[in-house]
Amino acid sequence: MSLVKIEGLCKSFGGLEVLRDISLDVERGEVIALIGKSGSGKSTFLRCINGLEQMNSGTIHVDAEPVEADERKLQKLRLKVGMIFQQFNLFPHLTALDNTALALRVVKNMSAAEARAVGLARLEKVGLGHRADSRPHQLSGGQQQRVAIARALAMDPVVLLCDEVTSALDPELVEEVLQVIRRLAEEGMTVIMVTHEMSFARSVCSRVVFMHEGRLHEMGHPEEVFGNPKTPELRQFLGQTASAATAE
Amino acid sequence: MIQSFDFSALSDYSDVVRHGVYITLLLITVGAALGLAVSILCVWARLFCPAWVRIAVTSYVEFVRNTPFLIQLFFIFFGLPQLGVSMSEMTAAIVAMAINLGAYGTEIVRAGVQATAKGQWEAATSLGMTRNQAFWRVVLMPALQKMWPTLSSQIVIVMMGSAVVSQIAVQDLTFAANFIQSRTFRAFEIYFVVTAIYIVLAALVRLALRLIGRWVLATGEVP
Amino acid sequence: MTDFTLQQIIYALVLGARWTVLLSLSAFILGGILGLVLMLGTISQRKWVKLPALGFIWLVQATPLLMQLFLIFFGPALFGKDVPAWMAACIALTLWSSAYLAEIWRGSVLAVQKGQTEAALSLAMLRGQALRYVVLPQAVRMALPPTAGFMVQIVKSTALASIVGFTELMKTGNILSNVTLDPFVVYGLVAIVYFCLCYPLSLVSRKMETVFDVTR
Ligand SMILES: Nc1ncnc2c1ncn2[C@@H]1O[C@H](COP(=O)(O)OP(=O)(O)O)[C@@H](O)[C@H]1O
Ligand SMILES: [Mg+2]
Repeated sequence: MSLVKIEGLCKSFGGLEVLRDISLDVERGEVIALIGKSGSGKSTFLRCINGLEQMNSGTIHVDAEPVEADERKLQKLRLKVGMIFQQFNLFPHLTALDNTALALRVVKNMSAAEARAVGLARLEKVGLGHRADSRPHQLSGGQQQRVAIARALAMDPVVLLCDEVTSALDPELVEEVLQVIRRLAEEGMTVIMVTHEMSFARSVCSRVVFMHEGRLHEMGHPEEVFGNPKTPELRQFLGQTASAATAE
Repeated sequence: MIQSFDFSALSDYSDVVRHGVYITLLLITVGAALGLAVSILCVWARLFCPAWVRIAVTSYVEFVRNTPFLIQLFFIFFGLPQLGVSMSEMTAAIVAMAINLGAYGTEIVRAGVQATAKGQWEAATSLGMTRNQAFWRVVLMPALQKMWPTLSSQIVIVMMGSAVVSQIAVQDLTFAANFIQSRTFRAFEIYFVVTAIYIVLAALVRLALRLIGRWVLATGEVP
Repeated sequence: MTDFTLQQIIYALVLGARWTVLLSLSAFILGGILGLVLMLGTISQRKWVKLPALGFIWLVQATPLLMQLFLIFFGPALFGKDVPAWMAACIALTLWSSAYLAEIWRGSVLAVQKGQTEAALSLAMLRGQALRYVVLPQAVRMALPPTAGFMVQIVKSTALASIVGFTELMKTGNILSNVTLDPFVVYGLVAIVYFCLCYPLSLVSRKMETVFDVTR
């Protein structure tokens, strides 16, 4: 069975249909780039996968764990799913190390020493072992996002959801975060990422999924999707992002 | 011994209640108007007066904000006559409310004035206005508009607090309640009903303030 | 005029002020406990918990404290029960404080960004854990200045207890004023004692506003 299995996912906010009958299988080790216009439902899609949004119908399984409304069951699912946010959402009252160690202690009942050891190892993995005692506001945006990645990795998830993780960063800080994700991908981590970094998607991702008006409009290998887009919507979208990129 | 509730006794005293409502509304109307005037004057004084006046204003604000309204009221009504300053219960109540609201209002309006962009002052003075003119003609209105919701809440708080003026025999709504209570001994029903009337009055005052905000201050806020 | 020296008046007022302090402290502590429960109620996901909590807070804030005090002091007589003045004052002030404190704290909790809870939930924390380890520690910092500020309101509000006959600072002042026939001095002193109780709290509150900058 696929690592992430999504079938017939529908989600609306009030009368607004945001996700329409989405089905997607993601295999272990795949890196999926989710692209599409703002408002097309990408964030909502990711948030349904770890139960931050409740779906209206459909089923989602991650590593055979179903997404259900029940809090305890959601907890079991979320142990397998890491999430990185656009705005980092680090805990401002805790140091970088305590950010990574908190859930280990609270959720996994590790001892303080154990949790700190795991947390520190993950911070080192993202190249921030030396900033373990810094508070978030003392770190640059790129460093904060890397701490957020370390924090998610500390829980040993089987899949990582990344929602525009470089969009809030100054341009010169984008690369250090992408670098970390690239390394994770090479090590075989399964990643589903919403991104506007087309060249990154092209070079790192195994599959690109184009979302349009709440549907998976077109998907395929990056070469195919970028080189030979089939639908006019995707062609228009790629044209826009290309011209936006050259305009910058 | 559990008696049944009996609200009928109240109906005999509807005139007393009506008079109480009238007095309470009169107090808050006059008190709020005077209190706002005091607030604006104090903010003005803090900006334009010599140091000793500014210190006096600050002391007034701090002293009022850090003492109970009840003691302010008693000091004015019972204490001041010793200095030859006597006033009727009603006047004392209104003065106390104005002084109380004035202190809080000063802080609120001042915050509004401070939030007004420096550019406003500069633009006004560069048009040839004195800073004093700029205050009255350019800065004050936006400050009041901006802080009107906060001022409105403070006015409602002062109205709730005005229940204690019954203690110097002002015949407000609470006085009416106590009066009926002492005649009928139906404390629960009376205080229950009067409490409900206060809720309605507060809602009315809030509504009135909102309309004033819209029409007089043109805050453009949707009611 | 009964011959009371100034010292005697001040001494009596300070004795009365002890009760004001005690009443304030009990209202703050008991009201704080109840306020915490109420606040948790208002942020509950369950409507039947949330709505009554919000309703109670609204009701208390929409009515004069003096009416609440009268209801509690005179109301139970209907059922043949007598409530002593100190107890009525304590109950009324506790309920009153709890509503305002709950509102202050609720504001602080809601001011902690939604992303914080979402991050905690994404790390597999339960709602309660997210609240306990992530949201509350941040909310407490924001809540401290207004909480200290509200303690000033509590101290001032205890003066109403004098109206139902509890002999705290204000009532002591009334008695002294009657026997000395010198209300100007007595009430002036009463005001000064209240000021001495309240002003430090105001200063602490203001100081905390600058110390506990939310972003740190
Ligand atoms: N909590 C919400 N309540 C109501 N509408 C929402 C909510 N979250 C998202 N939406 C709407 O759902 C649509 C998809 O949003 P989103 O998933 O954030 O898109 P994307 O991430 O692709 O920009 C948008 O129209 C957005 O306004
Ligand atoms: Mg999005």
